[in-house]
Amino acid sequence: MNKSKPFYITVILIGFLFILRLFYLQVLDNKYSISIIRGATVKPVYEYPERGYIYDRNGVLLVANQSSYDVMVVPREVKNIDTLELCSLLKIDTSYFNRQLKRAKAYSRAKPSTFIRQISKSDFAYLQEKMYKFSGFYIQRRSLRKYPISTAANVVGYISEVNNSILKKNPYYQLGELIGTAGVEKTYEKTLRGVKGVKYIQRDILNREIGSYKNGKYDTISISGKDITLTIDSKLQEYGEQLMKNKRGGIVAIEPSSGEILALISSPTYNPNLMIGRERSKNFNKLYLDSINKPLFDRGLQAMYPPGSPFKVITALIGLQEGIINLNSSVKCYGGYRYGKRSRAFMKCHCRTMGSPVRLNKAIYRSCNSYFADAYVKSINKFKNAEKGMDAWSKHAKSFGLGDYLHNDLSVGQPGLIPTADFYNKYYQNNRWRATYHISNSIGQGEILTTPIQLANIAATIANRGFYYTPHIVKKIKDKKIAEKFKTPNHTTIDKKHFEPVIEGLFQVVENPRGTAHWSKVKGIEICGKTGTSENPHGQDHSIFMAFAPKKKPKIAIAVYIENGYWGSTWAGPISTLMIEKYLNKETYRFALEKRMLEGSLEEEYKRQLKHLEEEKDKK
Amino acid sequence: MRNDRQHIFKEIDWLLVAMYVVFLGLGWMAIYSVTSHTQNSESFEMASQYGKQLIWIGINIPIILVVLMVDSKFYERYASVFYLIGLLLLLGLFLLGKNINGATSWYSFGGITLQPSELAKTTTALAIAKLLNDRLFSLKNFGNQQQAFLLLLIPSMLILLQPDAGSALVFFSFFLLLYREGLPTYYILVGIFMAILFLATLIIGQLYLIISTGILTGLLLLYFRFYKKRKKLFKKHWLKVLLIYLSTIVFILSVQFIFENVLKQHHRNRFNLILGKEVNADASYNKKQALISIASGGLSGKGFLQGDRTQGSFIPEQETDYIFTSIGEEWGFLGTSVVVVLFVIFILRIITIAERQKSKFSRVYGYGVAVIFFTHFVINIGMVIGIVPTIGIPLPFFSYGGSSLIGFTTLLFILIKLDTNRKNEL
Repeated sequence: MNKSKPFYITVILIGFLFILRLFYLQVLDNKYSISIIRGATVKPVYEYPERGYIYDRNGVLLVANQSSYDVMVVPREVKNIDTLELCSLLKIDTSYFNRQLKRAKAYSRAKPSTFIRQISKSDFAYLQEKMYKFSGFYIQRRSLRKYPISTAANVVGYISEVNNSILKKNPYYQLGELIGTAGVEKTYEKTLRGVKGVKYIQRDILNREIGSYKNGKYDTISISGKDITLTIDSKLQEYGEQLMKNKRGGIVAIEPSSGEILALISSPTYNPNLMIGRERSKNFNKLYLDSINKPLFDRGLQAMYPPGSPFKVITALIGLQEGIINLNSSVKCYGGYRYGKRSRAFMKCHCRTMGSPVRLNKAIYRSCNSYFADAYVKSINKFKNAEKGMDAWSKHAKSFGLGDYLHNDLSVGQPGLIPTADFYNKYYQNNRWRATYHISNSIGQGEILTTPIQLANIAATIANRGFYYTPHIVKKIKDKKIAEKFKTPNHTTIDKKHFEPVIEGLFQVVENPRGTAHWSKVKGIEICGKTGTSENPHGQDHSIFMAFAPKKKPKIAIAVYIENGYWGSTWAGPISTLMIEKYLNKETYRFALEKRMLEGSLEEEYKRQLKHLEEEKDKK
Repeated sequence: MRNDRQHIFKEIDWLLVAMYVVFLGLGWMAIYSVTSHTQNSESFEMASQYGKQLIWIGINIPIILVVLMVDSKFYERYASVFYLIGLLLLLGLFLLGKNINGATSWYSFGGITLQPSELAKTTTALAIAKLLNDRLFSLKNFGNQQQAFLLLLIPSMLILLQPDAGSALVFFSFFLLLYREGLPTYYILVGIFMAILFLATLIIGQLYLIISTGILTGLLLLYFRFYKKRKKLFKKHWLKVLLIYLSTIVFILSVQFIFENVLKQHHRNRFNLILGKEVNADASYNKKQALISIASGGLSGKGFLQGDRTQGSFIPEQETDYIFTSIGEEWGFLGTSVVVVLFVIFILRIITIAERQKSKFSRVYGYGVAVIFFTHFVINIGMVIGIVPTIGIPLPFFSYGGSSLIGFTTLLFILIKLDTNRKNEL
């Protein structure tokens, strides 16, 4: 028995060692433990629900889905096929066939790769019947967007394939899936896409599927995407896009009583159908790299311009609220406003009132610089020091939704700029500045910057006599309410009573024969508006118009910017009133004007600017 | 005689038989799990691997009956004949053998393949038992030692030439048995020393090893030289110590040489893998897949036919050498530890049976059976759980294959038969 002892001990020790090792491997966590789903044997197969449709406010379909069919190939399974027949079916030659097959083999022999992209629907119909003959080839359906009326590309946005950087931020997606990356497609991505379903498929070592994993215990079903109704009026939008052809700029139209955006136009724009199909990446790059026209840049939301004369309305309202002007106070204008001793300290004015007393009403419809410069200086000097005055002033201005993002449901936006005391303290050192240093703010020049949507929002606020609803783009989502914040009014710091005289002035702009926009008057519609001609460092002045109508119960507020379009009354005024007319009357009667606007082009002006820019570059 | 024949089941060790049956059952279930999903039809398919294995199990029954019916003395008397037949079968491979996976280890007759090395284990065990049974034979005697070594080396060399290093290694395990029968301990010590040197050479390289062992030898000699009481010892032994050192150097150099020039790249990879050195992904693939599969089983496993890695054929050779992974995945730690414990009990039982034999032939044979099962158990499971280099030998009764099943069955039941006769022995 003694001699056998070492044998017994060895066997027991080895057994003990094995059990310890197995305990480590199977019970304790170790580097070999991996989760079921990440393991190599189970493949998740996703089921994508159909993406939600997008409609305009009247139920016109803007964005739908269409099927596209790709011919796929699994090289390993290609066996004994009639290559010539397949080539003639697919309308390709054999060299292309061989090239594609080689490419697919280079990628993987066992995994499917695209053989031919997006075959037409009619080709698909008869191909599908014959596909069984060609083992290794099959047809895969993909869902693409479809834009039945090719309008509002900047509003609806587009979808793209998920790339690595999106993947890092959002683990929901897989490489190559689709995600909204601009416009409503982006902001309402979750609503539109729904939730994908997943089926876990058991695979073997060669990646062959051998059935459902655990009889579908972990599978989930997909939840379909929801349709979205926009606030956009597609007719108005389309009309605006036509009017903006060959001009750069933006139009924003808002329904004041709800904050719903009726039209959001950026020009130049693009055909949304360029963003789908075989040529997508080529088209996208072309649009993306166009640094001159910037078609992907939404001028209605992102372009920050000096607001120009329409901003005088804010100056007036602040003056009234602060009590430094009233309906009877007047200023005499002799072609300008002198605010210092030096000859440079003089602001020109084109109101041509020839020294007759200018009161608020006339100041607005004649757009008198002197009157508003005076009001601006007074409303700041009312306070103990310029700092306090400036902050009080900018607080009033900001209550109109200026100088900050609108915090709405649009995918892009810009805050614009309303300067504060701090701003000037940084600008002029040692706080040595006074109201006259930035007197241009009074007439919407100087440091002030607004986006077209902010300007339209000012029009809406005035139309509402003192409050606005945050402009938003989505009107309705199937069985889901729109956000509460879009339904609560934002009140300005200006009392309601001060709005009526200002509105009267704006009405005179169009109505009064001497009004700056009388030329744009529309019979039968009481339009209140304000022209603007904003100086800018790039070239010719921007043509601006801000308006709302009708005067009594406003239904539409609008802002139009035409880059380098000379005076406000040249382009922006007529375009605004045409838009208003189109929206309220459904038709226009000023055919000659309409024709001129539709056909007019500023391309020459833009070319001149570009040439000038290049010359300057050469000089340097 | 007649009495014996009428009671062939008399005195049988039912514990061993019961464990044998349990092993066959568990083994067949594992094979079914690994191979059934590759069949297209849902029904039971006799032509599939699990079907064939069932046929092999069936064939075992008459073999067992024959083994039990034959007189005990028969095995001892014809042991030399069996041994020679075994050698002839091994030699015949060089003429008629079929090459499968790079090794000429099989005879093939019409779809049935036979691996003679599996039978050679039994015949060699019988032969060594017969050799040691000779009353004049003593393992203390140098000449007799050489006889025993030769007897073991001939089949192992023939198998090594196939080449089938795994099976050849099994024959080296007979040295353990010789130790039980009186082979001087220093052989084992030298063996262990050589094994350590072998591993050390691979881990730290020949140059450093020669230098460090040289320093150790020098220190040892200095100690003897200047320590007064040991001076005599020094005078007597210093030459021996130097000779040992010299042979160590030769051994180290030859290990390095064999490793670099004789072993194939895949052998080197397997050693490097265990020694923690970097090897390419292909070499580690099998080992890694095996470990992931076993780890994925967890405590209680995924259930019979539910192992996704087993069902997906993720582990090459899973129905043969890597069968233990499917047990690991589908039955978890509970399953694997039960199998390990069963094997331990099984081997201990065989040792106990060997020890209770009065005849030396039966005892030596019993030990032979024990060391063969033990070696297969240690190397196979050790390899699968990643603590022994990859050496392809089957897990007895579990791995798919007729030859090994019949070989192990014969091996075991000859012992059972010998054991039934223990009371009649001297």
